[in-house]
Amino acid sequence: MADAAAPVNPASAEQSLAAAPAEDRPLLQVEDVVKHFPIKRGIFFKRQIGSVQAVEGVSLEVRRGETLGLVGETGCGKSTLARCITRLHPLTSGRVIFDGVDISRLSARQLRTHRRRMQMIFQDPFGSLNPRRRVGSIIGDPLAIHGVADGGERKRRVQELMEVVGLNPEHYNRFPSEFSGGQRQRIGVARALALRPSLIVCDEPVSALDVSVQAQIINLLEDLQGEFHLTYVFIAHDLAVVEHVSDRVAVMYLGKIVEMAETAELFGSPRHPYTAALLSASMVADPEKARSSHRVVLYGEVPSPINPPSGCRFHTRCPKAQPLCSVEEPPLRIQAGDSAGHVTACHFPVAPGEQLVGAAPAISAAATAFAADSPDIGEGGRA
Amino acid sequence: MSLSPFEVSSAALVAEEEQSAEALDAAGAIEGRSPLRLALARLRSDRMAWVAAGMILLMVVLALIAPVLSSITGHSPYNPDLVNGTDTFGQPYGPGQAGFLLGTDNVGRDILVRIAYGARISLLVGILATLLATVGGTALGLVSGYYGGWIDALLARLMDAVLSFPYVLAAIVLAAVFGGSLPLTIGVIAFFSWAAIGRIVRGQTLSQKEKEYVEAARSIGAGSFRIMFVDILPNLIAPVIVLGTLLVPVAIVFEATLDYLGVGVGPPTPTWGNMLADDQGSAGFGAWWFWVLPSIALLITTLGFNLLGDSVRDALDPRTERLFAMRRKKAAAGGLGASAGAGTEPLSGGTEA
Repeated sequence: MADAAAPVNPASAEQSLAAAPAEDRPLLQVEDVVKHFPIKRGIFFKRQIGSVQAVEGVSLEVRRGETLGLVGETGCGKSTLARCITRLHPLTSGRVIFDGVDISRLSARQLRTHRRRMQMIFQDPFGSLNPRRRVGSIIGDPLAIHGVADGGERKRRVQELMEVVGLNPEHYNRFPSEFSGGQRQRIGVARALALRPSLIVCDEPVSALDVSVQAQIINLLEDLQGEFHLTYVFIAHDLAVVEHVSDRVAVMYLGKIVEMAETAELFGSPRHPYTAALLSASMVADPEKARSSHRVVLYGEVPSPINPPSGCRFHTRCPKAQPLCSVEEPPLRIQAGDSAGHVTACHFPVAPGEQLVGAAPAISAAATAFAADSPDIGEGGRA
Repeated sequence: MSLSPFEVSSAALVAEEEQSAEALDAAGAIEGRSPLRLALARLRSDRMAWVAAGMILLMVVLALIAPVLSSITGHSPYNPDLVNGTDTFGQPYGPGQAGFLLGTDNVGRDILVRIAYGARISLLVGILATLLATVGGTALGLVSGYYGGWIDALLARLMDAVLSFPYVLAAIVLAAVFGGSLPLTIGVIAFFSWAAIGRIVRGQTLSQKEKEYVEAARSIGAGSFRIMFVDILPNLIAPVIVLGTLLVPVAIVFEATLDYLGVGVGPPTPTWGNMLADDQGSAGFGAWWFWVLPSIALLITTLGFNLLGDSVRDALDPRTERLFAMRRKKAAAGGLGASAGAGTEPLSGGTEA
């Protein structure tokens, strides 16, 4: 029983290992994480002909009890980053420090104890549940794997979890196919919750659900955060959802974080042109506001992460780009006039109140030429 | 433990839980029917499956009562009996003559008793070799598909090698070296059969391991062994069962072939293959029952397992059944429709056995 109670006070186990007091230390520190996927060619002698630079030097911190939103369009590396944090992918370089312990180089065996405190909720409520196993075994799996509870005790715990996430515990013996999308995502939440983790990485947990159900799941996640003192890394491409759930938001573009700030500040005064374009592309529920707002249309396509642009990775599509941008990569830093937690990687940040509408990319005419007569295809910013 | 947030959150629910527990007992817990149980229900409603089961049952009963048959008739399956088993001219009895229901062979042994004893060997070899091949093929296919890399390269090439090997030659060589015996026969058949299953399982594993539920299992700390056998295996059990069922008749024919060639279970053990081989010289004299009757036994057994395998496939994969029904309908409607169905391919791996 003492074993079962341990995850409730997770800090105690590693406290002695770390210098800083456990409560002040960020729960998760990501330091310069790089993830490249090699591209190989050849049948007998595979040689590497290049690599997809999915995540390129990302650093961030997640404090205890907060929700960090991670946004960006499809293919920008946010899911890869999530899988690097949870060590489902090995890192190419960099460090992931979870509660004072560097987990980026741990062996599979050593990692297991840390998996207990770091769980993941997946995007696809259909693919992430094993179709041939009963819900009871799916939710009970973490308990079984870590030897937390067995037999009747496990069943009792699983049924408790089902209650907590709003499922009927009598459905213990059903198969995933007998549930709706929202219910399935609740099963996923219950599974992530089973070991009472400190950190849950939510990889687009609601993007596969319809809108009414999205709200239910988001409310459930928020309730659980209060009840179980959870810390979330919340990945989404729906800005309204991110704004609603996050304390802080990080914006990713082509494997890099371009801007990170408190939610209100980021949504109120975005400094990176990409963030501004992203925000202007999202729907506004108020028709008055919608009419008065202007959309920044980004031209061209997201460049390939196999061969990313030099300098600032956004310069090929940026309405404010200058020659400097293609040469020198801007560091992530606090821009003049911003608060301490607001960092932006841009040489020429957007001034508060500045309009970007109508500005065409200044640098790369080649990248935009094909899009000139059909500006609609440049709406990548909405993703 | 008392600090656990779950306890706190569920404290209010305890009373309610006790109530619902009673209700649960009364109503019976809500239980999803497992895919295998659903398949079994479909199988039960399939008339062809019953016919196939009847054929197999006939052979099983024959195998079980073989010693009884022998003691009732007083005819040994092994010893030649030229006194009672042949007529005054030394010729074998035909079916129904002199109390021999299915006649005798050219040394006077009761063919019925020998067929019954042969059924024991055929079923034993067929089922045991299939079990070995299925278990081995599944395990190696899973390992090969899951780990990939050099392990996969090695195992996949091994499967190719086994599948392309002239198995009869190999069996003859082995029998020459070790002498034919029952365990050797089972071993040879299992060894040359596992690769077919291994290949299918490997392919299925390759596709299953990319599913998100495997990633989910890894994220909760499951090890490779658990992911392979607890998470992935249930998802490919259907093709394995189908292939396994269809492998039984193949193994039985394989065994008969080896016996016929004299490199399987050697005489005097009565097996169908031995009987066919022993009697082939006499068949020319008009003693048709020497070879027709063991062949019929072989036919009933293999047909039974094949039909059962087809029914099992239909039951496990209702999609194919519907597909066939659709094709039949189209074919009945005639004309262009029939050819359209031919292009679709979602048959399960069973056809490749």
